[in-house]
Amino acid sequence: MYHFNFQPVLENIDLLLHGAWLTVRLSLMAMVLGLIVSVAGAVAKTSGIRLLRWLVDIYVEVIRNTPFLIQIFFIFFGLPAVGISMSPNTAALVALVINVGAYGTEIIRAGIESIPQGQIEAGRALALSPLQILRHVVLKPALRNIYPALTSQFIYLMLTSSVVSVISANDLASAGADLNAKTFASFEVYLVLTVMYFLLAAGFSAVFAMIRRAVFSYPASR
Amino acid sequence: MIRVFSSADVWFIVMAVRWTLILSAIAFAGGALGGLTIALARTSHITVLRRCAAGFIQVFQGTPLLMQLFLVYFGLAVVGLPINPLLAAAVALTLHASAYLGEIWRGSIESVPSGQTEAATALSLSYADRMRHVILPQAMRIATAPTVGFLVQLIKGTSLASIIGFTELTRAGQIVNNATFKPFLVFGTVAILYFILCWPLSLLARRMETRMRRAITR
Repeated sequence: MYHFNFQPVLENIDLLLHGAWLTVRLSLMAMVLGLIVSVAGAVAKTSGIRLLRWLVDIYVEVIRNTPFLIQIFFIFFGLPAVGISMSPNTAALVALVINVGAYGTEIIRAGIESIPQGQIEAGRALALSPLQILRHVVLKPALRNIYPALTSQFIYLMLTSSVVSVISANDLASAGADLNAKTFASFEVYLVLTVMYFLLAAGFSAVFAMIRRAVFSYPASR
Repeated sequence: MIRVFSSADVWFIVMAVRWTLILSAIAFAGGALGGLTIALARTSHITVLRRCAAGFIQVFQGTPLLMQLFLVYFGLAVVGLPINPLLAAAVALTLHASAYLGEIWRGSIESVPSGQTEAATALSLSYADRMRHVILPQAMRIATAPTVGFLVQLIKGTSLASIIGFTELTRAGQIVNNATFKPFLVFGTVAILYFILCWPLSLLARRMETRMRRAITR
């Protein structure tokens, strides 16, 4: 019979809480930078410039059809061979941004394409500049349309970020791995880790709902 | 001893694709059974079943696959079974797939117009007959595109089995890299192999989706 022993885990809970904070920080940075990459990718893809569209297509397809684990191995172990070396933490952030950028590009592209042409023409008729049109007439309503898809992708990113522990970047999962190596209470450690990730996901989801109410609560056009 | 990256290494990596495919197939078959159960429970009129299914989906979609793998891997020892990477990976990926497919199929079942259920009930079909002959065949048409899309996610997910020591494509790449130290070439090759597995499925899913959308808007 297996004897559960949560004592060593609870004694070191501060290590795990610090790890959780690192995961939150890493995820937030990846979300913000990933959003920038996604918007740039989506604008490039809908720009009508064929070469640009083609490059973004290759980027999106390559990233979406290979595992994140291989992407991070390639960035951390492979790129130094061609002279680009990064610390584990930087490699982790770069890999996450590149990964979420590909998914985000597709999501935001769908949002931009959901904006009726007449709305852009109306913006032009109001003598808005192209940049103003992009920002107020296209991107904001587009983001509102795809907000649920985008935020669930962001939560998925936070969960995926646990994989960065394999290159020993600092996060919740690697704090757990350290604790496991120290205490050998493997099942207990990973059970607590799983609960913590679940709470983080719930927390992000609650924050995203709050942001949605604050930013996108204006009435719909219909 | 570092040796050169030879054709034998490439062959070793290519042969490991087999284990990625086997693991994906096991998880997909198990996930299909589990997913159907979850989807039916989630859409049933029995509150307890509905709540349990919702909780199952929420737990598996709200936690990292990596943690699920570790929990099952170390959990085998808790229930007194010997530690076995293939078994652990198969069980964890099956549970993972059950949750995702359950949620996809719930959506498909719910998108069948309720008039269909009412008509079937009016014809005094039993629950089983109603599902088997009326609801599920229609839900299946709606579900195929997202199901193929999830298959891509599942194949990519099997790469995490390498972390608990199961030798599939990713781990074969790590083994070769440790011996040859050509990470750019090795992981590039592994990435290309995953791409060859996943890209056709992604294209297929997208084509099905466009065809479906056209059929619905017509």
